[in-house]
Amino acid sequence: MKKLLSKFGPFLGLLLVIGLFSLSGEIRDYFLSYANFKIILTQTVIVAIGALGMTLIIISGGIDLSVGSVIALCSVVGALLIQQAWPLVAVVLMVIAAGGLVGLLNGAAIAGLRMTPFIITLGMLGIARGAAKWLANNETVNYDASPLNGWMTTADPFGWALPAGAWVALALAVLTAVMLRRTVFGRHIFAIGSNEATARLCGVATVRTKILIYALAGCCFGLAGLMQLSRLRQGDPTVAIGVELDIIAAVIIGGASLSGGVGTVLGSMIGALIMAVLRNGSQQMGWPTYFQEIIIGAVIIAAVFLDRLRQAKRE
Amino acid sequence: MTNLDTNPGPSPRLRLTGIDKAFGATQALRGVSLAVAAGEVHALIGENGAGKSTLMKVLSGVVRPDAGTMELDGAPYLPADTLAARRHGVAMIYQELSLAPHLSAWENIVLGAEPHRLGWLDQKEARTRARGALARLAHGHLDLERPAGEFSIAEQQVIEIARALLTEPRVLIMDEPTSSLTQADTEKLFAVVRQLRTEGVSVIYISHFLEEVRQVADRFTVLKDGETVGSGALAAVGQAEIVRLMVGREVREMYPVRTPQRGTAVLQVRQPQGEPLALHAGEILGVAGLIGAGRTELLRAVFGLDKSVLYVTTPARRWAEGVGFLSENRKEEGLMLPLSVAENATLTKFSALARGGWLRTGGIEAVTADWIGRLGIKTRGPRQAVGELSGGNQQKVALARLLQHPARILLLDEPTRGIDVGSKAQIYALIAQLAAEGRAVVLVSSYLPELFGLCDRIAVMRRGALVECRERAAWTEPELMAVAIGAAA
Repeated sequence: MKKLLSKFGPFLGLLLVIGLFSLSGEIRDYFLSYANFKIILTQTVIVAIGALGMTLIIISGGIDLSVGSVIALCSVVGALLIQQAWPLVAVVLMVIAAGGLVGLLNGAAIAGLRMTPFIITLGMLGIARGAAKWLANNETVNYDASPLNGWMTTADPFGWALPAGAWVALALAVLTAVMLRRTVFGRHIFAIGSNEATARLCGVATVRTKILIYALAGCCFGLAGLMQLSRLRQGDPTVAIGVELDIIAAVIIGGASLSGGVGTVLGSMIGALIMAVLRNGSQQMGWPTYFQEIIIGAVIIAAVFLDRLRQAKRE
Repeated sequence: MTNLDTNPGPSPRLRLTGIDKAFGATQALRGVSLAVAAGEVHALIGENGAGKSTLMKVLSGVVRPDAGTMELDGAPYLPADTLAARRHGVAMIYQELSLAPHLSAWENIVLGAEPHRLGWLDQKEARTRARGALARLAHGHLDLERPAGEFSIAEQQVIEIARALLTEPRVLIMDEPTSSLTQADTEKLFAVVRQLRTEGVSVIYISHFLEEVRQVADRFTVLKDGETVGSGALAAVGQAEIVRLMVGREVREMYPVRTPQRGTAVLQVRQPQGEPLALHAGEILGVAGLIGAGRTELLRAVFGLDKSVLYVTTPARRWAEGVGFLSENRKEEGLMLPLSVAENATLTKFSALARGGWLRTGGIEAVTADWIGRLGIKTRGPRQAVGELSGGNQQKVALARLLQHPARILLLDEPTRGIDVGSKAQIYALIAQLAAEGRAVVLVSSYLPELFGLCDRIAVMRRGALVECRERAAWTEPELMAVAIGAAA
């Protein structure tokens, strides 16, 4: 029973949030409509893809604060490449590679120089943001049209089809979940987060594994940048400020522990959905944005507190 | 005495000759020799700081020796790191358990050596190997899917040994493997060690418990101040001789001579069912039992650390009443390792030692310096971080906290766990002296000789309850064990 509760805790949270907004007769019909569900799903894509990378990092006992800046940097890189008339496939690969490169630098500094992830990625937060503005000449990068623009919308907003971005996020989530559960690399991520000294003692290549974790997560952040670009249809170096906090919150609400060793992809995805539903519902209720911010902050604290209670009970 | 006889036979499994290692100005090892035959259990004995851990670090590839040679089955052996040592078949079980608590038992066992196809974990094969290793240790019944952190300490140790077995070790190093085990679990571990010996594995067994070493080891080597001071067959030497080699002096009596006195009752030890047990001033009350019998839980409930229906109190209130508690978990709970000796020793008195919320460093350091002298704590001074001290000296700092407070009632949970013989004798003397001064002591211990050597009365716990309490003279060790495991009824 308790195991069940801890497994479905985030899921119950999601149902609770949906249920609360459904209480209001004014918005219920639209709020529960498929069209709105599609909107929520689309709004979740960027945070969800970021949360996949962040899940790896947090399970390994690390943190990445540079995500928002990396998303902006990657969206600028993508916009510049489209301006240069690169083919779509090349743009996609290059943007993901750009994110991966930043992650690689983060990981190399963290594992190689043995510095704390908090400091390194805090530094990268500034560096990547600055690089984005530099590349973009401190203004938005505009282009005429690109097939990328269709990724975050569908032709018919009331139809059944989901936008490509949602499918990409879904597929990536399944892939990440399987990787975490079924591969040696995935289990080593848990081992490092659970007890790094033990992992090293047992011959796990902790340095290499950690670098790979940050690099892979960087690729996710690059992909999130691509989705950002698709949504805005222009490269904006000032976009996505503070998104890393939403992403970290999603992973934590999903049941991961900041001290490492614990976390699931499903949980993080539900965490991301909870955040999106809260935003969407608040908007429809006509609540001001500051009120949304307060609610989301409270939800994060409540989620972690409930998790603590759950853990204590199991002991 | 077969002094410096380091020759177990013509071709030993492992032979170390003339190993030197210095850390800065400290010469940790000086010309150390060690030879272990195949299928031999070799006890490595020495006080803390004698160089045992450095020698084991050299063997397991953590540090490289400055000079000397090592041979494994006749071939030169100089591992670059722990991984290389493991590949050569030299595995180590550390004193501090090193499991990843969130990972399941089988994942811990195969960790670092996962069977896989192109990076895909072969879970079926991994489970098979894990179960096989556990079966070799007669623990095939353990639930492979349970997170390692949920097993008992003894079971966690078996999981660690199983992990080492997976690499088919030629030499297995065990560092203080029984320091957190009860007598019954220790017996099980010995069975495991004997099983390994029949399979031809050489075991280097490090322990402070000399009685125990005799039961399990064939030969021994004693280290003192980084040098080999004696070696030979255990059957050929007496206990006193080994102790003399270790400390370089005669330790005639491990346990102090006491004249028991029993003052007024100062504390009622309550329990869910049955009569409460009264603790008297000037008394040392021992609490024996298997691990998991609830001894630690009992002390914690009395002290208000864990919620209990029997006691409505908090540690803060207990300290104010003059009750002090010494945790069995020195490193994680008992002490704040990165902080100074002074801060650790005076934490309970910060508000009394502060003026208007301002804590004067000089004040707490002066108080602490006094206790450093009285307890003979080996430290550079009150400002040194506790984590840098040896286990025995750390424990003295933890005791100093209770003494400076001062506590009238001392709840001591495994006060001598993992510390060397010399420090143990000092701590026993200290406890006896405290009782003589009229303080009341509850001593929880898994080490029976210590309970019999020190206590006035010994109570036995089983399944969370105090089942029997007798005067020490009314107990024998076998009787007590029988009550602890429930074989008497």
